[in-house]
Amino acid sequence: MDFLNALVVLANFVVIPGIAYGSQLALGALGVTLVYGVLRFSNFAHGDTMAFGTMVVVLVTWWMQSVGITFGPLPTALLALPVGIAATAVLMVGTDRMVYRFYRQKKAEPVVYLIVSLGVMFIMAGLVRFIIGPNDQSFSDGERFIIKVRDFKQMTGLDEGLAIKTTQGITVVTAIVVVAVLFWFLNNTRTGKSMRAFSDNEDLALLSGINPERVVLYTWLIVAALATIAGTLYGLDKSFKPFVYFQLLLPIFAAAIVGGLGNPLGAIAGGFVIAFSEVTVTYAWKKVITYVVPDAWAPEGLVQLLSTEYKFAVSFVILVIVLLIKPTGLFKGKAL
Amino acid sequence: MSETGKTYALFAMVVVLIIGTGVVQSWNSALFILNMGLISAIMALGVNLQWGIAGLLNVGIMGFVALGGLATVLVSMDPVPDAWDAGGPRLFLGLALGAASILAVVMAYAKLPKGWARIIGVAIVAIIGFNITRGVLDPAVQAVEAVNPALTGYLGGLGLPVLIAWPVGGLFAAAAAWVIGKTALGLRSDYLAIATLGISEIIIAILKNEDWMSRGVKNVIGIPRPLPYEIDLQADPSFVERAAGLGLDPMTASTLYVKIGYGVLFAIVLGILLVLSQLALNSPWGRMMRAIRDNETAARAMGKNVTARHLQVFVLGSAICGIAGAMMTTMDSQLTPGSYQPLRFTFLIWVMVIVGGSGNNLGSILGGFLVWFLWVQVEPLGAGLMNIITMPMAEDSAIRAHLLEGAAYMRLLTMGVFLLVMLRFSPKGLIPEK
Repeated sequence: MDFLNALVVLANFVVIPGIAYGSQLALGALGVTLVYGVLRFSNFAHGDTMAFGTMVVVLVTWWMQSVGITFGPLPTALLALPVGIAATAVLMVGTDRMVYRFYRQKKAEPVVYLIVSLGVMFIMAGLVRFIIGPNDQSFSDGERFIIKVRDFKQMTGLDEGLAIKTTQGITVVTAIVVVAVLFWFLNNTRTGKSMRAFSDNEDLALLSGINPERVVLYTWLIVAALATIAGTLYGLDKSFKPFVYFQLLLPIFAAAIVGGLGNPLGAIAGGFVIAFSEVTVTYAWKKVITYVVPDAWAPEGLVQLLSTEYKFAVSFVILVIVLLIKPTGLFKGKAL
Repeated sequence: MSETGKTYALFAMVVVLIIGTGVVQSWNSALFILNMGLISAIMALGVNLQWGIAGLLNVGIMGFVALGGLATVLVSMDPVPDAWDAGGPRLFLGLALGAASILAVVMAYAKLPKGWARIIGVAIVAIIGFNITRGVLDPAVQAVEAVNPALTGYLGGLGLPVLIAWPVGGLFAAAAAWVIGKTALGLRSDYLAIATLGISEIIIAILKNEDWMSRGVKNVIGIPRPLPYEIDLQADPSFVERAAGLGLDPMTASTLYVKIGYGVLFAIVLGILLVLSQLALNSPWGRMMRAIRDNETAARAMGKNVTARHLQVFVLGSAICGIAGAMMTTMDSQLTPGSYQPLRFTFLIWVMVIVGGSGNNLGSILGGFLVWFLWVQVEPLGAGLMNIITMPMAEDSAIRAHLLEGAAYMRLLTMGVFLLVMLRFSPKGLIPEK
């Protein structure tokens, strides 16, 4: 019996990766939920939007590295982030002007928007693969760890080590800052309030003189920023591969729906629910259990519920359970 | 020009395009385009049934197509007796236990009173069921996968004629569609889209990882064919003689013979499905489906069970995709789970339906052929275009190499632009619904 070591193992392999992954999913789900709340459709191009933003960040990072600009112990990608956000914002607003605005003026059905977003997805996927190719790209640099396993062991004298990667730390800090700014914006600024009003009741908002085009413009700008940040953080933490970003669509949508589509608070909660379920279900619990139970009870197998290849099945099963039991999500969805 | 005239003209254009490919490139590639076009047309027909006639968004076509492919393996490959001896019965016992535990969880949820009792009860049933299932299943899976992993390592199939796999593929897809439809239909339309997207990813993950069933990423090759092999044809004196009579060398003649054979088989299936779809579309059932699509509330007020009808049409459409998937795997004579890409097998089919004309069966068939033709031909065109653009650049220029390499992705871009332009300027498609 050794609870302390068990806790450290748990923190190292489940809690810390879960928090980092949850923050990334939460940021992605916030983007999906904002589009749903204001423009009222499920944006299937979101995964590829994230890939586009990250691609710009990767390219700028490479350029910075080649001319010798670095950010000290932090990844250079953070310096490149504003450029990525700007490029994605231009792309989003351009897409809206050229594609979505037409359907808005026609007051098209949400399903039509969804199919249109499939077309946009095709174009973005092609663009990203054309520019950077379909392969894995690594762009992380700077200090790799905040706490190393060996230092932790020396500090505490425990058998088990704990490592916190810089990217994990950055992910959590960035996510907190972004979410705080977003909620401050939505609750306290005039534009943010008009976005919420528009999402809550479009007709009433129009009646009180809110300019819908302005609301939509701000929504796309925010979504561009959220998508680029989420994509970059995910890329720093794992690696950048366009197809993986497309596949992220499923956990992100699952997170948004679990939390209640259109509800930003729900998107964050949903992101963590999905991330922690994925990590706990695919983690091999043998080590933790061995520490906690008496020696005689120690398990022989890995005690892994599902192999990591089935992590998508986890988000899917949670999605199905929520759809069956509470289709509006944990937090009531629909309005911002 | 009348509608019928336009339809004829468009189909004539497809014929010209395919024959043109035969003349300019080679008859082999023309027949390849034709055969895959036939399969694509069947998939588009299935999706049209769901989207065009009932207004259901299925974004998991890839999964249903892959299930059809799995059916080919399970039906037509020879069984592996050693693997069956090693763990076959135990494996099926494990699967049965798994199904029983899911049933027990559902029962527990239904019977227990609301509140903590239900949550704890369901959790206990789920944990016990899961552990028993894994305890029985895992050793069996290991035993099966250990049998000659380089060549088999799976249970094999039933060793039946491969043509039986086509309807079976449809059944597999229908079963999966029923489960999904039961959960997601009756909710907001986007939810069905996301649920189908999820199930398709999971089906592919299962195909890639459950080696005992489909050999996973090791692929199943040499799936039996409904047609003779080229080698056998070339060895057959009477075939060689007839080929010589047509002025063809035996090699070309045999490949053309096989491809034409597939073309005829596929055309028969497409013909049957088209006739059935047209009959369905013009029957009272078809009118009811369109009425539901156009105004659900009114249809409900008329006493129609909208959710049940949706489930019905969703299952039917997915079954058609499953049949097409089985046909495709049969033609390839191999199942390669790694080759299922959502852009190619889900979203491209959507482009076909939208471009061809959603709600019109002939339209989606036309879209199937036309978009498939473009998908195949844009790649060489893009490469050619890039060659011209990069002509002035230096031979060893990095930008030139990059552009030439990226030309392959031009077709994603082209398809996206094609879809958006059609949606904007001709949202009813090339052959609109009557």
